[in-house]
Amino acid sequence: MEKPFAITLDVGSSRANKTGAWRTQRPVYTDLLPPCSDACPAGEQVQQWLYHAEEGGYERAWRQIMSDNPFPAIMGRVCYRPCETACNRGRLDEAVGINSVERFLGDEAIRQGWTVPVEAASSGRHVLVVGAGPAGLAAAYHLRLLGHRVTVRDSGSKPGGMMRYGIPVYRLPRDVLDAEIQRIVDMGVTLELGTTVRDAAEAMAADGFDAVFLAVGAHIGQRTYIPAGDSARIMDAVSVLRGMEDEDLPLLGRRVAVYGGGNTALDVARTAKRLGATDPIVVYRRSRERMPAHDFEVAEAIEEGVRMNWLSTVAHADAGTITVERMELDESGYPQPTGEFDELGADALVLAIGQVSDLSVVDGVPGVHVADAVVEVDRTMMTGHQGIFAGGDMVPAERTVTTAVGHGKLAARNIDAWLRHRRYAEPDRAELADYDRLNPWYFSDAPKQHRPRLDAARRASTFDEVVSGLDESTALFEARRCMSCGNCFECDNCYGVCPDNAIRKLGPGQRYEIDYDYCKGCNLCVAECPAGAISVLPERS
Amino acid sequence: MSEQRELERSPNGRVEPGEHTRGPAAPRQPLYRQLEGSRGVAEAVARCRPEVVCAYPISPQTHIVEALSALVKSGELTPCEFINVESEFGAMSVAIGASAAGARAYTATASQGLLYMAEAVYNAAGLGLPIVMTVANRAIGAPINIWNDHSDSMSQRDSGWIQLYAEDNQEALDLHIQAFRLAEELSVPVMVCMDGFVLTHAYERLTVPSQQDVDAFLPPYTPRQVLDPADPVSIGAMVGPEAFTEVRYLAHVKQLQAERAIPQVAEDFAAAFGRDSGGLLHTYRCDDAETIVVALGSVLGTIKDTADDLREEGMRIGVVGLTSFRPFPADAIRAALSAARRVVIVERAFSTGIGGIVSADVWNATSGLRQRPAHGYTVIAGLGGRPITKASLRRLFVDAVADRLEPLTFLDLDRDLVDRELRRMGERRRSGPTAENLLRDIDGRGRL
Amino acid sequence: MAVQQIKFYQTGSFVVGNRLLSPEQRAVQADPGRANALTCGHRACQGCGEALGARYVVDTALRAASNKVIAVNATGCLEVFSTPYPETSWQLPWLHSLFGNAAAVATGVAAAQRVKHRDDVRVLAQGGDGGTVDIGFACLSGMFERNDDVLYVCYDNEAYMNTGVQRSGATPPAARTATTQAVGSDPGNLFGQGKNVPLIALAHEIPYVATATVAELRDLEAKVQYAMSLRGARYLHVLVPCPLGWGSDSSETIRLARLAKESGLFPVFEAERGEITGVSKIRRQVPVEEYLQPQRRYAHLFGPSPRPEVVARLQARADRNIERFGLIDDEVDN
Repeated sequence: MEKPFAITLDVGSSRANKTGAWRTQRPVYTDLLPPCSDACPAGEQVQQWLYHAEEGGYERAWRQIMSDNPFPAIMGRVCYRPCETACNRGRLDEAVGINSVERFLGDEAIRQGWTVPVEAASSGRHVLVVGAGPAGLAAAYHLRLLGHRVTVRDSGSKPGGMMRYGIPVYRLPRDVLDAEIQRIVDMGVTLELGTTVRDAAEAMAADGFDAVFLAVGAHIGQRTYIPAGDSARIMDAVSVLRGMEDEDLPLLGRRVAVYGGGNTALDVARTAKRLGATDPIVVYRRSRERMPAHDFEVAEAIEEGVRMNWLSTVAHADAGTITVERMELDESGYPQPTGEFDELGADALVLAIGQVSDLSVVDGVPGVHVADAVVEVDRTMMTGHQGIFAGGDMVPAERTVTTAVGHGKLAARNIDAWLRHRRYAEPDRAELADYDRLNPWYFSDAPKQHRPRLDAARRASTFDEVVSGLDESTALFEARRCMSCGNCFECDNCYGVCPDNAIRKLGPGQRYEIDYDYCKGCNLCVAECPAGAISVLPERS
Repeated sequence: MSEQRELERSPNGRVEPGEHTRGPAAPRQPLYRQLEGSRGVAEAVARCRPEVVCAYPISPQTHIVEALSALVKSGELTPCEFINVESEFGAMSVAIGASAAGARAYTATASQGLLYMAEAVYNAAGLGLPIVMTVANRAIGAPINIWNDHSDSMSQRDSGWIQLYAEDNQEALDLHIQAFRLAEELSVPVMVCMDGFVLTHAYERLTVPSQQDVDAFLPPYTPRQVLDPADPVSIGAMVGPEAFTEVRYLAHVKQLQAERAIPQVAEDFAAAFGRDSGGLLHTYRCDDAETIVVALGSVLGTIKDTADDLREEGMRIGVVGLTSFRPFPADAIRAALSAARRVVIVERAFSTGIGGIVSADVWNATSGLRQRPAHGYTVIAGLGGRPITKASLRRLFVDAVADRLEPLTFLDLDRDLVDRELRRMGERRRSGPTAENLLRDIDGRGRL
Repeated sequence: MAVQQIKFYQTGSFVVGNRLLSPEQRAVQADPGRANALTCGHRACQGCGEALGARYVVDTALRAASNKVIAVNATGCLEVFSTPYPETSWQLPWLHSLFGNAAAVATGVAAAQRVKHRDDVRVLAQGGDGGTVDIGFACLSGMFERNDDVLYVCYDNEAYMNTGVQRSGATPPAARTATTQAVGSDPGNLFGQGKNVPLIALAHEIPYVATATVAELRDLEAKVQYAMSLRGARYLHVLVPCPLGWGSDSSETIRLARLAKESGLFPVFEAERGEITGVSKIRRQVPVEEYLQPQRRYAHLFGPSPRPEVVARLQARADRNIERFGLIDDEVDN
């Protein structure tokens, strides 16, 4: 073709014009800390495993969870899901059902028999873990992954600690518990049950352990003074729940009063109902709003026929009756006695007012400090005694399974570092991905998928699991409700909305790259990134 | 029997078998018919196989596109898209699109239509698109006037188009055939100007070349640049000060190339069709002429007749008929006028405030001659369809030969009428606080 | 458990691409091999909606026609920023002639294809609102009336931006432009009758008319794709915010387009042969203020002496659109 000068031009020739020179600001891809991951006591990278689950990569998703938490199936049942409380989607419609997806993945892993290989070279070090509860088992799991020999000793006859002895079967079926523990055992962890470690330092020295992780939990029910007649049956919650694992189930009677407002109180009341109590009643000195128990537990309990006696204290217990005093909240929200009393029929009074740890294992161990009935640890989870670490309910922290699992992981990594004469540096926490960074327009209206629940009538009479799992399609749906806060999920928006074609798409899993030769710094990509995963920096002059 | 078929008939009425001749061949015996100029042009255009014809009605051009419309509609001219557009601006725009996409494009207009089209006229030239357009020359309003003069095409003098002016209908017809070849050889649009009504509506004895002969003369259109998905280009870039002068200079060079190509094409045409048509200019009895009259278009016939008469009376007068006004054939004009003592330029348009448009170019061309014509006269004639009579021309030339002409003359101007009007205007002149106006206000009677 | 239809995907349902979709279900703009018909190095302002819209449209058209598209461009920003000598950003055969003749030039290009029996080569004409609703209107209407085989796309940024933000026939009431200044008792553009060229196009009963915005890429692409499947005159009117002319941040271009639609001020609909066949419902209705306030061209409505009565008139226009086009679904749709 004979092209007239200047009037007719060769296509695409403007690539010679590097418009990047116009830029005063520079968009950059970032990976921020999504609030779910930020909130997870076990340090799960929630957004990342949801990312895998979204595309049906359930095993990848599961393995991602497993890098932080060896109990996805248990978590999916017992975790109080701070991730969902923090979830940004809650500001749009409802939080993503992270927990239900986790349960689906955990159950899927059990169904499929997925295992975790130990790939690290053997360190030749041997670590003693005291307590086969969530903290101890998690620590054992991570220590194995890091190449250490691990022996777990527990005084109980079965492993699991509070997961077994504190959580009712209808919330955590034991086959699930057993399966997830067995997976750890199968990794080569030595489990010594019915073995009580009396003295941590002595055990360490005597049996040649290079380090010890103490996670004995808090298994002693707290007592309070209640004026009571001789024939009054007063029990503590921990014992009742532990008794559920024995062959002879606890005898609670027809009318059971539970004193306390925590989840344990509700566990006991709901257990009592299932054991045949017609009239379980929870007595709590404050109002429902101030109950430490989780809302859903309260709601489920009420559905099952548990009565609630809020704003009441037990004044006196007798055979067949308890006397409660009505309370009212003062201006600062504390319950104050009113001097008015009611009588309630109760064959038994179960106290669910907290647990304490049996800290005899550190009695006399040099350097270990105990304060407020818990063991003090430093940031590395180490007690004042070199090589002895502690975690779970016996150290100052929130007492949840998930927190304990997090302790186990953190302790394991620090023990590993300590054994290798290194320091464990926790990865830097990225900037939090606030809701305000997101562009929620791009997320379709997708209401949360609720897990099916057993109907109340059946729940009241059996120990079947109350909450079922999501099936695959609904779990997938739920995973896909994730907004991927602060992390690219390859939606192509930046690639699409750049008026200057200054974004290169690198292919599946490879994300994108900004071509600063042409990027004019309009920041449309920043504004239209649904996940808020692009930040703006001032351009270097 | 269609007229096109009729054209293929020999004088004895038998249809001759189709011949495909290529290159110069022995000219056929032409078949003459009595045809309206517009019809003849339409048929000649049809022989050029235009692929897209667009039309918007304006007198006196309409008969041409009406005829083409019929030829397309009847299937005689095929393949061809005949597009009725919403304006002359649209017409030229459609032609631009068609031409840029590689189709041979044609349209016709006149007068106001050409002005309405003007933006696109310049654009077509700027883009180097070989569009051919007939301008049926007509005056421009206001006052509205449908009759002939050259104001319309002269207004597009600088548009970058080649402008060819036909002296008679046969030449008009022939020029169209040459125009397509010129346009496509040079990649530049060509405007064939023919006097409105005087030519467009006049019946003359005309011959329309056969399809085979035209095909032999005019090869299929091979665009220099084309919109083609297989070889994409961007046509119509914005050009800034850094290259605009060069672009315009190259447009000028293209016109200079046309100045060489036009005689060549005319020569080829003569060889193929046995007729002298086109070229840069025609000279008539100029060899010994002291006085040479220069003009364009149909008035040349009257001028030549008048010159013949004056020759018989012993006046050494000749005529130069300009066919190509753009490019302006400066060399040929110099050669033609080099021996003349005086030059009279008869123009059917003028530039208000200065005078002759063609004259300026002629004076410019002859300014470099060692021996310039001693006298030069510009005559504005035939505006808005006023007849240019032999009698008036004769008076004019006699006065010119006697050097009694003003440098700028308006032929047959009604002096009395003009003077009256000028007086009236002078009396009523009211603009600004001139002394007269102030006094008039004081006087209150509106007069001094 | 309530029956819940599984949405095809949720993670960013309205985004450009999404890895959860199979490639053929992704937007053309998600394709790493997209044509980039308007490629890098063009001189559009930062955040130019027109540059974006043009690439969206032309890339889609190219895909629909197996890359055999010829584009004709009216004078205007798009033309100026894409083809300053010696560089062009276009990657397809492209012709710029004049400001007011894109539709007619496209008619000529289409005629050339017809005469050459190149049914496979499709013709696209494009221009801004000035080149379409004002100076190019006669040619556009002629192209419609003849039903020429051209898809004409108007990139509407609601004023003459290329010449420095002067009012066009598409400038909305009250908007400040360089020729409708925010001074006097009725600042900004007058409340005229408006010139709704999509509806005028519809009145020609041409095969297809649609409006769209750069905020809804999939909708836009679907419309281009559909338009390309038809023959005859087709008209697509795309709202393309202009950061310069609207006085908005360059990063707000898409959001403003979205708000224009969600407020009801810019109804998004499609029509075939004179009948409206579909409207894009408002998903999250917003008051017009939300759309107007980020734009400095409306600053005089909100400044120290606010003009709530003018805002109310604009809201009334939005409400009328909502009513007239049925932009809000009465049924609750999950």
